[in-house]
Amino acid sequence: MYSKKVIKHFQNPSNMGKMKNPDAVGKVGNPKCGDIMKLYIKVKDNKIKDISFETMGCVAAISTSSMITDMAKGKTLDKAMKISYNDVAEELGKLPPIKMHCANLAVKALQKAIKNYGCSKATTH
Amino acid sequence: MAQKQIYLDYAATTPVDLTVFKKMQPYFFEQYGNPSTIYSLGEKASQAVENARGQIADFLKCSSNEIYFTGSASESDNWVIYGVIDKIWEQENKKSHIIISSIEHKAVIAPARYHEKNNLAELTLLPVNEYGLIELTELEKAIKNNTRLISIMYANSEIGTIQPIREIGELIRKINSKRKEKIIFHTDAVQAVNYLDCNVQNLGVDLLSLSGHKIYGPKGIGALYIKKGTPIVSLIRGGGQEKDMRSGTENVPGIVGLGEAIKKVRDCKTKIQSIKKLRNKLITGILKDIPDSQFNGSLGKRLPNNAHISFRGAEGESIVMELSQRNIFVSTGSACASNSLSPSHVLTALGLSHEQSHCSVRFTLGKHTTNNDIDFVLKVLPGIIKRLRKISGK
Repeated sequence: MYSKKVIKHFQNPSNMGKMKNPDAVGKVGNPKCGDIMKLYIKVKDNKIKDISFETMGCVAAISTSSMITDMAKGKTLDKAMKISYNDVAEELGKLPPIKMHCANLAVKALQKAIKNYGCSKATTH
Repeated sequence: MAQKQIYLDYAATTPVDLTVFKKMQPYFFEQYGNPSTIYSLGEKASQAVENARGQIADFLKCSSNEIYFTGSASESDNWVIYGVIDKIWEQENKKSHIIISSIEHKAVIAPARYHEKNNLAELTLLPVNEYGLIELTELEKAIKNNTRLISIMYANSEIGTIQPIREIGELIRKINSKRKEKIIFHTDAVQAVNYLDCNVQNLGVDLLSLSGHKIYGPKGIGALYIKKGTPIVSLIRGGGQEKDMRSGTENVPGIVGLGEAIKKVRDCKTKIQSIKKLRNKLITGILKDIPDSQFNGSLGKRLPNNAHISFRGAEGESIVMELSQRNIFVSTGSACASNSLSPSHVLTALGLSHEQSHCSVRFTLGKHTTNNDIDFVLKVLPGIIKRLRKISGK
């Protein structure tokens, strides 16, 4: 059902765990199956300097979280905003069609974190 | 060295018993005749089919004439729901009322819903308590003048709950003695055959579904007990096999396998206590070693091989996959592992929260489960749950 790469990310997820003093957090829940994802980011010079996640969910939810943190790290906020769920799925080799919403959840979590960062900056300055 | 395979999903299916397989083998190659033919090759196949029918009748304590072979227990269940209601329409031109429990197998729920949707029958789904048991008083209250079919599963496949079939049978018998239009009582006994009394006289059922592959027999074969005189229309029309009730050339090796498997169930019954002991060891070990784990359902009124546990903060499909990486095979009621992306209707009916279902794992033991298997699961599971909780931050 799952590709080797999905299993690899599930078994050894990158950037896993809560972040101390993040610049922003994006938390999303999956209305479909109930998974919960939290993405933490640190931003410097408009780029994602550090990123980590916490995910309560299935194999696909954990792998897509791990993958999107790898993909977003070092990218400018604009570029990170443009990562699509297809990009995440492609990077993972393949996702079962029924699990595509997990990739979408990861994308939404990242976008929310970036948006929250924008809001917090607007209020500080 | 690769870790030995530890199979703890016996409620999903069982390996075919070797003696069962050996009994089946000749019917693929040597005795391949069509049972409907009159030459000796066909007659031998026909005898084998009738012998198996007798083995099942012996087990259920009924007449051979009351046993019908089907392709699966799902087929048997579907046949009951469609067949009884159709027959009543045919005979009386009346819309009947069906009562089923809310934790029936989907093979009962889906056809019943179909009838309801198409205005062919009224339907009541009986609630269960937190242990997954129906209440007799609730059942009695739900019975209406036009109630004609009640279907309650003997033992639940997910949570292992055993329903009071005998008491329900007694209640229906009492009600039926006072009314002209009788209520037909069906039980899906798929999970019960290995462990519980399936004497249909004791149970007071008119119809009973069973399956081959849950009892160390082959897949693709099921049976339906139909008490003589029960109103039900034929399922598949055609060549007239199974007394014109279920046409189609008989699955002779499957039928032989089912007969042999059910004969062997008695041998397995001596193993019930040891299976139960291992199951209890598993439950006690998990609850002791893994904090925030919760045992679901009733311990007393439960199949001896079933354990169902929720692990807060660790999702079921992820647990299944982690265990699978260690060659341990279990199942989950999590929404993530279902095609519909909704949690198991059984767990929801028991009142489990979405999260509890999300984090649930079912372990079902069988006759090949060893003490070492349980020890190994107890050794690796705490680490798995800990890792997933670390990922989830819970």
